Amino acid sequence: MAILEFEKPLYEIEEKIKELKKISESSGMDVSDQVELFEKQALEYKNELYSNLTPAQRLQIARHSERPTFLDYVKLMTTDFIELHGDREGTDDRAIIGGVAKMGDQNVMIIGTQKGKSTKENLIYNFGMPQPQGYRKALRLFYHANKFNMPIVTLIDTPGAYPGIKAEETAQGTAIAVNLREMAKLGVPIIAVITGEGCSGGALGLAVADKVLMLEHSYYTVISPEGCASILWRDASKAGVAAEALKITSEDLLGLEIIDGIVKEPLGGAHNDYEMIGKNLQEAILKSINELKGTAPDKLKEERYNKFRRMGVFCQ
Amino acid sequence: MTVKDWFKQRKEMQIARRTQETPVDDSIGKLWVKCYSCDAQLLRKDVEENLEVCPKCGYHFRINARTRIHQLFDEGSFQELFGNITTADPLEFTDTEAYKKRIVQAKAKTNMNEAVVSGVGKIEGHEVAAAVMDFEFMGGSMGSVVGEKVTLAMEEALKRKIPMIAITASGGARMQESILSLMQMAKTSCAVAKLNEAGLLYITVLTEPTFGGVTASFATLGDIIIAEQDARIGFAGRRVIEQTIRQNLPADFQTANYLMKFGQIDMISSRADLKSTIAKLISLHTK
Repeated sequence: MAILEFEKPLYEIEEKIKELKKISESSGMDVSDQVELFEKQALEYKNELYSNLTPAQRLQIARHSERPTFLDYVKLMTTDFIELHGDREGTDDRAIIGGVAKMGDQNVMIIGTQKGKSTKENLIYNFGMPQPQGYRKALRLFYHANKFNMPIVTLIDTPGAYPGIKAEETAQGTAIAVNLREMAKLGVPIIAVITGEGCSGGALGLAVADKVLMLEHSYYTVISPEGCASILWRDASKAGVAAEALKITSEDLLGLEIIDGIVKEPLGGAHNDYEMIGKNLQEAILKSINELKGTAPDKLKEERYNKFRRMGVFCQ
Repeated sequence: MTVKDWFKQRKEMQIARRTQETPVDDSIGKLWVKCYSCDAQLLRKDVEENLEVCPKCGYHFRINARTRIHQLFDEGSFQELFGNITTADPLEFTDTEAYKKRIVQAKAKTNMNEAVVSGVGKIEGHEVAAAVMDFEFMGGSMGSVVGEKVTLAMEEALKRKIPMIAITASGGARMQESILSLMQMAKTSCAVAKLNEAGLLYITVLTEPTFGGVTASFATLGDIIIAEQDARIGFAGRRVIEQTIRQNLPADFQTANYLMKFGQIDMISSRADLKSTIAKLISLHTK
């Protein structure tokens, strides 16, 4: 497993414990008391380390190369997933994947941004950065879900919509804008979850939802801390400072009433225990769906409108 | 000054000129201005009388919200609304300077409250609700106040059952309000959904420059989208794209003509024709 810089001391302690055990096995010396003590200390240290992470450190967990991806979550949380491809206008963007599936007893439309875990995969999925055609595919699937009265679940993990020539030629801005507007018109429950990176309009384009959840170590922001640092501080190395200032953690956003809930991650981040994060997330999504399922379409729309209508802080 | 110093100074000036970004200095009060497009030396008064368009080459200078309102609305018909809504600093944001201080400076520089003016007015007799953005105020960036005032203008259109006009000029989201500014994209776009469902005409005029979060929300959601001549419009900025793809971009990239070529806008209008075009469109959509 890839070890992050700030996790190294912990990793060293764990290595020492392993070494101690090996020595005791080969020499027949009983060191179980010491091992137990070290393990207790390691756990304490671990708890302390992960409950006091800086935003910049959590950013690294959110971007961890082994963090579960959309397709992992589909496997962990649903059965009978059938992918529905293409925007019907010439493209099947691989950075956004969607399809129908069963979650518990519930039929859902599940759509999300897909990242790769290796360079090869990332080239296929374009590092989770959708083209306009990805948003248009998502929109087609939103309409489909609306027609067949299926709740929509979106899972978001993207560094942003792709900035490229083709993307500009085919109207990246318009594609996102249309999704924001059309999501407001849907009469089925929408649950959006930021699972890793929730960067800018590229994330929001799938997140005009009745319930917006975040995984504990994910982040959600108007601009990446690196981008913000290079514009406002004129120095990309100030990303850590920008990450603090931008208030991007799940707790910050819950406090600002931008999101509706936080899904707890296994100690050290989602990549440490796929089963557990899959179970926690599925529970949270099904709970939200059940809360919204009985609501009439018009009421659902009205409440969704009011939810976003209230956002913003100003003097009057 | 020695001759050596003189040469050194001249060289430094030349370098500075080359490395500066496109200087767009529309400050009033100067007698002469230089056209950025054709380099002609122009009398400030001549440019003003020509709707802030270069009389020699037709280049459209950027204009602020007040000038726009003066040019577009029937004389004395525009009534500003929601001017009492002003900027807070909910995140107590400080980069190289405090957000609060930046706001004070922007207010002093522009004599405006924020980067948008909302209100109702008449265009050749047609009553409309309008939101007019101002690039001079912190690059026309959209924070909570801009989002709120644009939404309120749309709600005013809903209440009065009149068309809505949005005139955009923005570098994108107001980073100092972080996630709150991102949510303004959702808020304004949801308000457009309401205009759609009520069957009200919504016209957007994209002016130099319109980018980022404004492009990716209410700006490109018009039933009719007009780009003003010489405007540059896009989602990602030119520099970001160049850094990502590591290629040079075409010269006409993200210009109004470029957007027209790729089917993203309904038309390009000169400043002189804008008022009559909007009036005609409204009357063609009125029973």
